[in-house]
Amino acid sequence: MSDFRVMLASPNFNVSESFFPNINLQDGLNWAEEFIQNVVLPRLPEAVASHFPVELGTVLVMFGCAGIFVAVVPLLPLVLVLAERKVAARFQNRTGPMRVGPWGVLQTLADGVKLLFKEDYIPPQGDKFLFLLAPYVIFACSFAVFAAIPFGQNILVSDFNIGIFYIMAISSVIVMGVIMAGWSSNSKWSLLGSLRSAAQIVSYEIPLGLSILTVIMLVESLSMSEIVASQSNGVFSWLIFRTPFTFIAFFIFFISGIAEVNRTPFDLPEAESEIVAGFHTEYSGMRFALFFIAEYANMFAVSAIAVTLFLGGWEGALPGYDILGGLPGFVIKTSALVFLMMWLRWTLPRLRVDQLMNLCWKYFIPIAFFNILGTGIWGLIFPEDTLVSTGISCAIIYIGLITAYKIAGRTFAERPAPQPS
Amino acid sequence: MEFTLKTFIFYGFALMTIASALVVVTVRNIVHAAFSLMVTLFGVAGLYVFLQADFLAATQVIVYVGGILVLILFGVMMTSGRLEMRIHIERGQLLLGGVVALALLMLLLTVIANTPVWKNLTDDGIELPPTTERIGELILNGPFLLPFEVVSVLLLVALIGATLISRKEVRDE
Repeated sequence: MSDFRVMLASPNFNVSESFFPNINLQDGLNWAEEFIQNVVLPRLPEAVASHFPVELGTVLVMFGCAGIFVAVVPLLPLVLVLAERKVAARFQNRTGPMRVGPWGVLQTLADGVKLLFKEDYIPPQGDKFLFLLAPYVIFACSFAVFAAIPFGQNILVSDFNIGIFYIMAISSVIVMGVIMAGWSSNSKWSLLGSLRSAAQIVSYEIPLGLSILTVIMLVESLSMSEIVASQSNGVFSWLIFRTPFTFIAFFIFFISGIAEVNRTPFDLPEAESEIVAGFHTEYSGMRFALFFIAEYANMFAVSAIAVTLFLGGWEGALPGYDILGGLPGFVIKTSALVFLMMWLRWTLPRLRVDQLMNLCWKYFIPIAFFNILGTGIWGLIFPEDTLVSTGISCAIIYIGLITAYKIAGRTFAERPAPQPS
Repeated sequence: MEFTLKTFIFYGFALMTIASALVVVTVRNIVHAAFSLMVTLFGVAGLYVFLQADFLAATQVIVYVGGILVLILFGVMMTSGRLEMRIHIERGQLLLGGVVALALLMLLLTVIANTPVWKNLTDDGIELPPTTERIGELILNGPFLLPFEVVSVLLLVALIGATLISRKEVRDE
């Protein structure tokens, strides 16, 4: 394995090129077949190679990759759950889990093993078939989303024509799993939680989709790799700075995304103080763990989509330099957004139902429509993305932020301070 | 007929669609029927992918599964306490339904028989361009501009109507 080490040490080592030799992943459907043709067949003796069942091999390779994927991605929640507990602890001036392993890093693993050995309780009055099916629906849909997210230059499972639209379609099926879980549990808490969740997700899908539309209007493609490719000229070509409207759209997308994954301040479906744990109240053991894993995978997926659409994806912050670029850059940017979600969760109180719906229908949706109109007009004025258009856009964003800050300062300053009793 | 991986997947989707559609119309429990309908819609989306209509497939899932089916389930869960339903069908209705089904079958068979070339994924080597561009051209820059706008206005009217019906009465005092 010495040549491997030399390869790693060489200056122009590129992860995606070295680990995926000769495979052009951009070709979409047939990457598994190409892997067989270019990598497997030349290494086999000729007598075997001529009789090699390529079709069957392709399926096996696809299943193998899916297996690796399903085995690796749950490691992500493993890290995220620990991160969440540590972040929460620091926000509350505690230390968080410290006993299992150094600084408690093995705590989630221990919890996972514990959940694995717990009793798998199925409510006798409920609908057994749907009860057993629901975690799988949610889990499968959460993970199918990852198939279209480009993690790096060639690190993409499948490059659909309709990438972002596919992601929206698949993630809208998660609601069905939530309703299934809530209804089949035959418990009031579960049903209330699932209905709340469905109402919330269906509502917030609209501003989410509308803010994605602003990006699509600028890029003129639904493909995730083309969206990333259009942001390859450094930080000011990132779509968030391209127009003032995408700047607003980013925040609408991110806040709606938090609502889509049911996190505080939008965690009414799982409000502990009101309805125990919402739609997964009756689940125990590994089935509960599946919901938990899916929740954290969703959180990561929403952040990853936000990074891909607005923050340059795996493209770096400076043209020609690999700062914040590639797989490491992508993970850093996504983790920053995930941290932001945790920060919000441990800072803000929960919204009421009417506040939740007001925010969506009375503020986000009109603003998102205005954004689309604005992006259209912007596209007519500046058909090409030039230095001038980016400069004007950044100036407008700067002035807008300063004005918003001043207005906010004045509004909150005028509010009378609470009187000590 | 050559039996490749793609035909295998195709028959998988076809079987999935037909079997779950049968469950939808035969099962008593209305919630089960709704979830079975989800499988049917997924199967149809899969068949759309086979016809290289990827955009249509995703739209199918997003509109029917993510929107309409959720609404159906909402309606069922909020209104009826009883889920087991015995629906009495009269003979006249049965006859009428049969006639409509037969007419639909004839229509579909005519379309299938009169389509000269089926472009689908089993024809290796044929790579059709993305459908989104052509759909956009047809709707916003072509013959379907007027119908598209009419449908938009219709939806807007429906939206405003729904708001009007559901809002609270403001009483004059």
